[in-house]
Amino acid sequence: MLMNLFKCKGGVKPPTNKTQSITLPIATAPIPSRLVVPLHQSIGGTPRPIVQAGDQVLKGQLIGEADGWISAAVHAPTSGTVVEVAMHVQPHPSGLDAMCVVIAPDGRDEWIAHQPFDYANAAPEAVREYLQQSGVVGLGGAVFPTHGKLTPSKTVPMEELVINGAECEPFITCDDLLMRERAEEVVRGIGIFRDLLQPKKVLIGIEDNKPEAAAAMRAAVGALGEPFSVVVVPTLYPAGGAKQLIRVLTGKEVPAAKRSTDLGVQCFNVATAYTAWRAIAHGEPVVSRLVTVTGNVHAPRNYEVLIGTPMDELLQLATPHPDTDGIIMGGPMMGFLVPDRQVPVIKATNCLIAHDDRLFPPKPPEMPCIRCGSCAQACPHELQPFEMYWFSRAKNFGKTQEYHIFDCIECGCCSFVCPSRIPLVQYFRFAKSEIWAREREKNAADGAKARFEFKQLREEREKAEKAEKLAKAAAAQAAKKAAEAAAAAAAGEPVAEGAAAAEPVAAEASPVPVAVDPEKAAKMATIQAAMERAKAQREASQPKNTEALKSSQQKEIDEIEARRQAAHLTEAAPPAATGEKTE
Amino acid sequence: MEIVLAIAIMALGAVVLGAALGFASIKFKVEGDPLIEKIEAILPQTQCGQCGYPGCKPYAEAIANGDEINKCPPGGTEGVQRLADLLGREVKPLNAEEKPKQIAIIDEQTCIGCTLCIQACPVDAIVGAAKQMHTIVAPLCTGCELCLPPCPVECIRMEPIAENIDNWKWKYPVVEIKAAPLKEAA
Amino acid sequence: MMFAPAPFLLKDVSVSQVMIQVCVALIPGIAAYASLVGPAILVQLVIATFAALLAEAVMLKIRGKSLALFLSDGSAVVTAWLIALTFPPLAPWWLVVTGTVFAIVVAKHLYGGLGQNPFNPAMVAFAVCIVAFPALMSQWPSVGLQLRLIDQMNIILGWAPRVDALSGATPLDAMKTALKLGDSTFDVSTLLANQDIYGNFAGRGWEWVAGGYLLGGLWLWHRKLITWHVPVAFIAAMATLSGALWLYNPAQFASPLFHLLSGGAMLGAFFIATDPVSGCTTPRGKLIFGAGAGLLAYIIRVFGGYPDGVAFAVLLMNLCAPLIDLLTQPPIFGMKDKA
Repeated sequence: MLMNLFKCKGGVKPPTNKTQSITLPIATAPIPSRLVVPLHQSIGGTPRPIVQAGDQVLKGQLIGEADGWISAAVHAPTSGTVVEVAMHVQPHPSGLDAMCVVIAPDGRDEWIAHQPFDYANAAPEAVREYLQQSGVVGLGGAVFPTHGKLTPSKTVPMEELVINGAECEPFITCDDLLMRERAEEVVRGIGIFRDLLQPKKVLIGIEDNKPEAAAAMRAAVGALGEPFSVVVVPTLYPAGGAKQLIRVLTGKEVPAAKRSTDLGVQCFNVATAYTAWRAIAHGEPVVSRLVTVTGNVHAPRNYEVLIGTPMDELLQLATPHPDTDGIIMGGPMMGFLVPDRQVPVIKATNCLIAHDDRLFPPKPPEMPCIRCGSCAQACPHELQPFEMYWFSRAKNFGKTQEYHIFDCIECGCCSFVCPSRIPLVQYFRFAKSEIWAREREKNAADGAKARFEFKQLREEREKAEKAEKLAKAAAAQAAKKAAEAAAAAAAGEPVAEGAAAAEPVAAEASPVPVAVDPEKAAKMATIQAAMERAKAQREASQPKNTEALKSSQQKEIDEIEARRQAAHLTEAAPPAATGEKTE
Repeated sequence: MEIVLAIAIMALGAVVLGAALGFASIKFKVEGDPLIEKIEAILPQTQCGQCGYPGCKPYAEAIANGDEINKCPPGGTEGVQRLADLLGREVKPLNAEEKPKQIAIIDEQTCIGCTLCIQACPVDAIVGAAKQMHTIVAPLCTGCELCLPPCPVECIRMEPIAENIDNWKWKYPVVEIKAAPLKEAA
Repeated sequence: MMFAPAPFLLKDVSVSQVMIQVCVALIPGIAAYASLVGPAILVQLVIATFAALLAEAVMLKIRGKSLALFLSDGSAVVTAWLIALTFPPLAPWWLVVTGTVFAIVVAKHLYGGLGQNPFNPAMVAFAVCIVAFPALMSQWPSVGLQLRLIDQMNIILGWAPRVDALSGATPLDAMKTALKLGDSTFDVSTLLANQDIYGNFAGRGWEWVAGGYLLGGLWLWHRKLITWHVPVAFIAAMATLSGALWLYNPAQFASPLFHLLSGGAMLGAFFIATDPVSGCTTPRGKLIFGAGAGLLAYIIRVFGGYPDGVAFAVLLMNLCAPLIDLLTQPPIFGMKDKA
């Protein structure tokens, strides 16, 4: 296939280290001892859990319901019992917890009833919704819900559909193996995307260090008679970044502020196409994915792994060397060391690398920036990393934005080439998350200000209304009195009439204060009673010996407290009702 | 003669410049005081009154009129720093303890539904009705603590905002220039 | 669990590697220089290197920085070598030491050390010394003066009187002085005919020194340590201006080739104006910086009072570098149509 390729700016050529893990075919990892399935596995809303502890689930059963349009469903990876729905450590650089469904597999791996989706007769909206229900997300690592990318722009015609099989990060080979072994299903999946987006051209980009994958894809494309072009692109990190691949194949540059559909192009990963086909043709939601297990291990290999498998169990399959001191999730350029070896494999996990000092020597000390400009030459987005570094370091975030820090894709090329070994990307991540936090704070402050001002306005208005009412009442009273006086004068019998007139007024008026008074008294009594109750409750629930607690004791108490609260919440009667009853 | 000429030139200059200034003051007239708005934008809008003013805007006005810039504990040291940068004043230590950001939480079992906290909340972050349980809309709460004193049953407590994956921030990279693993010669 | 941010792979580069390669690239020029003026230049290099390292060590100690890390970065050595190569080869030792110490202490460390200096330290040293010691800084050995190493050492160390042969001028300076007499007794071609001083293109022997720097500079470019922008812009600007004046009046103005191969033009174009710390960093900025330095160097050396203009030209452009950078920010990925 002869085609004019566009040059990708910048980029670096780190050692690829891919050959280790491509010698063996894909193997299926055994069902682990337990599965921890995080609910939040894609960009967007966190799915709501729809199972609880004790439930029996089947493989492929929905356990988390998509929350909002940009969100994707989560399914049970195998059959078994839900042990708990609780917070667990996430495969995330923060090392923080998030809600997970923990499943004890029963070993039978029994599928829930599923059938193919009648795709030929379904409306595009139905297909997109079905993909959302099947939990199909971008498996290249960004995990953006795929259905959200399958709506063509209303104004710009779709020119090209780019399929990303470049896999530019060192060590990772899962897409390579997928294309070699399951090319036909990948191509059929691309067909679905093509049908939904109706592009003029479909371009499948594969780096030139994967000739077998390219050959397999060409054969599959030929066998299925599809008009797709398989394009071999030069190996250069990060040519597999969506924006870089789009640039190389189409010459279009997608800035941070725009969506690629605005330029008439869209990009999907090959593995995403594969899972989309499995979902449509077999009714199988995304419950497993291919993961490259490599690095400091005896037998690097690609495995088909159930989502939720603890990373340590998966790593053991490849027999890590004893000096392994950590697990990198993702590639060595953009991945991160997981905070705990037990964290689960998620949809974003394309690779696990056993870390040791031989493969990844500790970083030499950082030196000052000498403005050599290597980073600017390596930056695929043509930014000026050393300028952004300068301002990030000084926490001058406004300036970092002037230098387009949000166009940075955090590919790590700048850190890779820096002779001063400055962790440039780290500074940019820091600056970005600070800017986001400030943005959140600013929005919160603006909202608070608006609500405060509204409340003030409301209070003013209420005051004015009250004053008006009082004035009206006073005026009415005065008018009445005047009328009465006039009537009395007219009647000529002032004493008797006056007394008769006054009496109903008093009769009318008197019930009100009388009615108010008992109400007030009752209210006071209620409050009094409640205060007493609260006092009693506090005294009862807070024993005197709680002054000097050890942290373990405090923890225990907190746990009990949490249980108590949970129990209250699950009780049918709200606490307020109980309050009423005791009264 | 020369003196007259000099005076005439100076007078002419004064007239021209005066006219220019007058024109500029009309042409570039600024509505309101932009300084107060800038100061208010830095203040955290908790409306907590810890500065001694009934809200952030009155405090902003007071700062513009020369009051101290270190009276806003929710704004923290960073807020003082930014005010100092804006106004060209000296940075002063905060006049109160800096607390982590927190929000109020109502113990719903103790709440009697008296609505006093709802009236006290400056930013309408508490929902509820008379004799009904109240609750705090967490994302709207500014942590001003103004709802604590009116509660007759002391069922409101403050809790620091916990870090989660959504609000987690990357840390500032540690600069380790001195930690050289090289053999130290000197 | 440990924490280390991505990327986990780093290219095998370091500041000291960069500096060592710059030093290596200077070697052809130094070799040609040594064969022209004798081994004295090597003595000067050693003196400057020691002075620079000592000053650097003291400053690092005072500033509480790691000696092992920063002494080995090689930046002080590069500064020292540039000083030694721009000062007269038989200048007294204390002049070189003064310049070097001033460069390291004032121009480098008082501004914040490695990476923070707004001016090229070697050029600051040259400027300071030529202002403070104009006579000594203008005494170049007459061409063809061949002294033994021991005599040269004695002169440098001040143990022997400074002989008349030392009070020569550079070929560039000699030509300017002659042309400035302005009585048209001398024109360029008659001056160049003097084969004692002038060789085929420029100063006799000096042209080979310039050639050595050119060679080293091309190697630096090949190694991707410098980009083509600054040297090309420098050379093009100097060639254009000198060429225009040469065409206008060949009797009064020397040819572009003469100017490019004389004085510090080649050293400046490839080694001094390309200093990334004090220079421009954007591609267009580098072109402006190089062109500005080339033009100013020519103007100062031809119409000014100093023997060569490269140092002042570079310092003047250093002043403008931040502004040039700010105004020449390249358009980024995806935003080119706007720019």
